[in-house]
Amino acid sequence: MEYFIQQLINGLTLGSIYGLVAIGYTMVYGIIGMINFAHGDIFMLGGFAALVVFLIATSFFAGIPVALLLLLMLLVGMLMTGLWNWTIERVAYRPLRGSFRLAPLITAIGMSIVLSNFIQVTQGPRNKPIPPMVTDVFHIGGITVSLKQVLIVIITAVLLFAFWYIVNKTPLGRAQRATEQDRKMAALLGVDVDRTISITFIMGAALAAVAGAMYLMYYGVASFNDGFIPGVKAFTAAVLGGIGSLPGAVLGGLLIGLIESLWSAYFSIAYKDVATFAILAFVLIFKPTGILGRPEVEKV
Amino acid sequence: MTAATETGHPNVLAKAVREGIFAGVISFFMFLLFVGVETYQDINNALVWRTRWGLLAIFVLVAAVSRFLTVAFIKPHIDRRKLAKAKSGVLEVSEQKNFFHRHFLKIALIFLLVYPFLSLLIVGKQGSLKYVDNFGIQILIYVMLAWGLNIVVGLAGLLDLGYVAFYAVGAYSYALLSSYFGFSFWLLLPMSGILAALWGIILGFPVLRLRGDYLAIVTLAFGEIIRLVLINWTEVTKGTFGISGIAKASFFGIWSFDTGSANSFVKAWGLSASSVYYKIFLFYIILALCMLTAYVTIRLRRMPIGRAWEALREDEIACRSLGINTVTTKLTAFATGAMFGGFAGSFFAARQGFVSPESFVFLESAVILAIVVLGGMGSLTGIAIAAVVMVGGTEVLREMSFLKAVFGPDFTPELYRMLLFGLAMIIVMLFKPRGFVGSREPTAFLKERRAVSGSFTKEGHG
Repeated sequence: MEYFIQQLINGLTLGSIYGLVAIGYTMVYGIIGMINFAHGDIFMLGGFAALVVFLIATSFFAGIPVALLLLLMLLVGMLMTGLWNWTIERVAYRPLRGSFRLAPLITAIGMSIVLSNFIQVTQGPRNKPIPPMVTDVFHIGGITVSLKQVLIVIITAVLLFAFWYIVNKTPLGRAQRATEQDRKMAALLGVDVDRTISITFIMGAALAAVAGAMYLMYYGVASFNDGFIPGVKAFTAAVLGGIGSLPGAVLGGLLIGLIESLWSAYFSIAYKDVATFAILAFVLIFKPTGILGRPEVEKV
Repeated sequence: MTAATETGHPNVLAKAVREGIFAGVISFFMFLLFVGVETYQDINNALVWRTRWGLLAIFVLVAAVSRFLTVAFIKPHIDRRKLAKAKSGVLEVSEQKNFFHRHFLKIALIFLLVYPFLSLLIVGKQGSLKYVDNFGIQILIYVMLAWGLNIVVGLAGLLDLGYVAFYAVGAYSYALLSSYFGFSFWLLLPMSGILAALWGIILGFPVLRLRGDYLAIVTLAFGEIIRLVLINWTEVTKGTFGISGIAKASFFGIWSFDTGSANSFVKAWGLSASSVYYKIFLFYIILALCMLTAYVTIRLRRMPIGRAWEALREDEIACRSLGINTVTTKLTAFATGAMFGGFAGSFFAARQGFVSPESFVFLESAVILAIVVLGGMGSLTGIAIAAVVMVGGTEVLREMSFLKAVFGPDFTPELYRMLLFGLAMIIVMLFKPRGFVGSREPTAFLKERRAVSGSFTKEGHG
């Protein structure tokens, strides 16, 4: 039982990270109907930005408080990836909006290749380890909970709340929802569609950066090809939850995290990704719109 | 057209300068942490950093100047050309074609047939190894894969992101069956195709109900599952070590290309030992396989099943209403596409003599899909051109040792191969979203066959 709860906690932590990345996928998909394949690499960029900030900050101020350091890493990472994703949308996706559907998908795949190889070329192909930042561990009964796990879950929860608030309660969120429902009509009613889409990309990237920084904190290592597998899993999470649905993305992320950690705990670590993908396939076969997705109405 | 769009007009220049500076500022912040700072491990294996202001300055300058040039000169130029075209009223697809255009296929085929001998003649035995193997065979493998995927994506409109799985099935079928049971290449080539087709049907069944992006992600998942199984099922596949020492293909069982064997090809013909003969032989095999793929594709397009594929791509609901069985239509598309992937896979195993899961990553699927889309989906010629440009281009980069003289001895062009590949993908898509060949010749037509713009065909929603 204790072992089970332990795995549950690990899965929750991992799931939070996937959920944050999945939101970026699901929002972009919802608003312009495009799989942003480069999103996983935006997540990786966020991790790298956090890594560089960590190195610079610790070399200038040796005794910097961990909380401040973490905040700095998150903030700079968010700004950095926001800027990158904004530029990417402007350069590679916007000119192709309204073009045929596969064109932005191909530029997104190209962008993903470019981003990971760009980091490989500029920062080198080796894994980048950093010393552990947060080492405190709590023991409750027979269960160990590390402070970084608590931090990850809390930061995710706070961000999700902020995000939920923005999307549901602010004019910006209203513009986003309107654009998602009907882009042309929203434009006619005075919504600046281009700006709304840009902001959506920035918001998605900021969440991915937080996930990237926390991934770095959790595993203590960054690598140029960290974007692909977590990216695919987060996308899987978004599809599993029902692509286009924000709560669905979080739910999907948590589910994927839980499946992964429980499967590695009880069956085999080697096949944990196989389990994730197999469950994705099963869910989609029996409920093709995902768990919380709206059924798609086919129109002639 | 107002004067403001004319090149050299102060308004445009001022705007270009503004945009250039803006791009410079943006790129400064973008590259600040990733280019301006280098992270590396010192002697104690601790991660440290140093600044690279010079490199950062180059990046920023390139971004600013290229933005300036785009806004000031390239964009007005393109606008003017578009306007002129619209004024003249000429359709995008013109009927007039010059000699080269009309006979392009024949010329290309003849060139391919004499290519190995041409390279032998020009650069000799040792030199032509590179040209026949790295350029010829490598490109033709991708042409074949892309033509195979074209059946699924281009004709039937089913977006498949896990095509490399069938390539892997073909390669491992040959590698395993030949090393465990000693079957020959010529027996296993069709067998790998059939096995891959079988897998196409097995993987196709569950995804029949899925559409568009859901289909894409599930096929991606299947591709990853097959790769992960290949990595982890170590008793059979030897995991990441891969299978080495795979038997070579023989000359239809008459001559062998193994140097030690009694019926060796070089001995039979009294030639000096060189691996180039095997490579040339392989070149013709893959060329024949490509031709087979093209032939089957062209023939199938004229058969009911091919028409059903294209109808499915254009409108699935209409397709169903007219009584076309979408289940068999989709499954045959998956199976046919997979079969050619399987052929290419077994050929790959025979050529390489070594297979490992490393060769079947998602990136390969992405590259193949990119070639299909960049070529202009459904157009065999366009796809072949895209394969030559994209694969050949990255291979050429390996050869550019003179760049070492420009950028210093530490410069390794190979490192930039995929970076440039990705950039090329983006740039081609931005300028030619319909691919290199933007026109199509519909199979079903009224009165006379006529090429139409690619924008009239749908890309399909699965």
